[in-house]
Amino acid sequence: MTTPASPGPGDTVTSAPTEPTPVRRETGGWTGAAAGWLERRLPIGKLLPTRQPYYIGSWVYVFGVVTIAALIWVVLSGVILTFSGPQWWHVSSVGRFINSLHFWSVQLFFIFMVLHLWGQFFMASWRDGRARTWMVGGLIFAVSILTAFTGYLSQQNFDSQWIAISAKDAFNSTGIGSFFNPLNFGQMYGLHVMLAPLAVIALVVVHLVMVRIKGVVKPIGRPGESR
Amino acid sequence: MSERSQTQEDYYQGVPMVRYDLLKEISIVTVVMLVLATVLALAFSSPDVPSVTIKAWAQADPVDFVTTATNELSDQSPSALYGAPYNSGSASVQSMGPVSPQGFAGVGVPVDPANDFVLTPLTLASSGSPDLAAALKTYNSASDAQRSQWLDAYTKALAKAEVRQGRVAVAAGAYGPIPTMMSSLLGVARTGGLDGLLATSGHFYQTDFSRPLLFMSDGTYLAGLGKAQHLAGNQWGVMNETGLYPGQTWLWLFTMWYQVPPVSTAPNADLVVMAIMVLLTTLLILVPFIPGVRSIPRLVPIHRLIWRRYYAVPAPPRPVVPVNLAPDPT
Repeated sequence: MTTPASPGPGDTVTSAPTEPTPVRRETGGWTGAAAGWLERRLPIGKLLPTRQPYYIGSWVYVFGVVTIAALIWVVLSGVILTFSGPQWWHVSSVGRFINSLHFWSVQLFFIFMVLHLWGQFFMASWRDGRARTWMVGGLIFAVSILTAFTGYLSQQNFDSQWIAISAKDAFNSTGIGSFFNPLNFGQMYGLHVMLAPLAVIALVVVHLVMVRIKGVVKPIGRPGESR
Repeated sequence: MSERSQTQEDYYQGVPMVRYDLLKEISIVTVVMLVLATVLALAFSSPDVPSVTIKAWAQADPVDFVTTATNELSDQSPSALYGAPYNSGSASVQSMGPVSPQGFAGVGVPVDPANDFVLTPLTLASSGSPDLAAALKTYNSASDAQRSQWLDAYTKALAKAEVRQGRVAVAAGAYGPIPTMMSSLLGVARTGGLDGLLATSGHFYQTDFSRPLLFMSDGTYLAGLGKAQHLAGNQWGVMNETGLYPGQTWLWLFTMWYQVPPVSTAPNADLVVMAIMVLLTTLLILVPFIPGVRSIPRLVPIHRLIWRRYYAVPAPPRPVVPVNLAPDPT
């Protein structure tokens, strides 16, 4: 392999004034297709909008953001608890505080998620091609309940024991007791700290991208209007 | 172009837009939520009633412990009669008509209460205890009929048992080796040994507590503690938690069905409730496609509160399409 010789002393380097090389986008291949799709469907102006319709000035629009904010603290406090192991918070005052932060963040997460859900229901937010956004939101609600349930089973206290014993019959009755065994701490803990939160976060990202692609729905039409 | 396939620019055409700072809103809300969660955490902490051990059970209520262990040995406990996924019993196998997903799934978490909860731990504990070793030898070599006779007699006697110096005393009778076996099991349990013996699976590491939890749930001691903490099934069980904490309030609908007849008295209540909840969750996800339900928001004027600024302005008049009344020049 040869490399171009660098100019020596006394050499005169001249260069013609150049135009900036135009960036040519290759549209072929999977990467090009994905880049093109993203650019068309989700340009940065949609992802991070600086202007929104005037009618979004209602507290109902804040519930979704508040739910995500609570989820951020659920995840961060959960990460600290995971690093320190499931028994730490029973014997450490700092651990107890982090667990309490986790506990109340979860409570706030559900309160605002339910408010968000009811708000979007009464706004009929699935209109104008937004049905899939609603469906993903419903799925987030269901998966979040399962995630919280595995969390209660991972506490390693009397609540965990009682909930495991009480809930086993429901899962056993459906035939999934062999695959989802509330009495198996290892299985519940693994689901709670890894797979379940991953599913919630992934679905929330999809939900957010869908919201940003379509934008917020218009108000339900006044009498006589078509919407 | 339909609104479904419109770009945002087309969709919002003619709609006045206002400045909006998404990242600022998220940042402020995130900080506010941290403050709120921190205040709640500092003010109310979180529930942490210590877990119950078999050791604590054996010390607090030895008669219940021995009665439960005797039921396990005679294959008459709830766990022994349960069925899938634990064993071949049928007492807790539920079905809807001829359909039984539980029975179809079969045994996936095998549990043999007589051996797992009593005989195996006793065999392990018999090393260095000639009396227990002899009792086990007698029990193992006896016929099924003889074992049943001993166990039936001992179970009846336990109804009037007393606790004397930490031991369970029953009236004299023909119980064979059962009192020696149960006394030894109680002794092991009171030292905490049975907690470890039931959790072990032949591996150093252990994370599956199916056996000790099933054993404890067969007794009345744990159920009494749950009831005292308002956690029983007829007290909205699973959604509550110890103390005055909110618990899993989001499970209110799931728990409610267990309080409502005929579900509350149905032998297949769990399966019915799970079926109802799967159906309702599916319906929630499919709301946009359900005629009637999707029209509720138009009929309930809550949206007029949410978008009150929008509705404060009267609808613009519809554009008038001029009609050419002149005769066609052609």
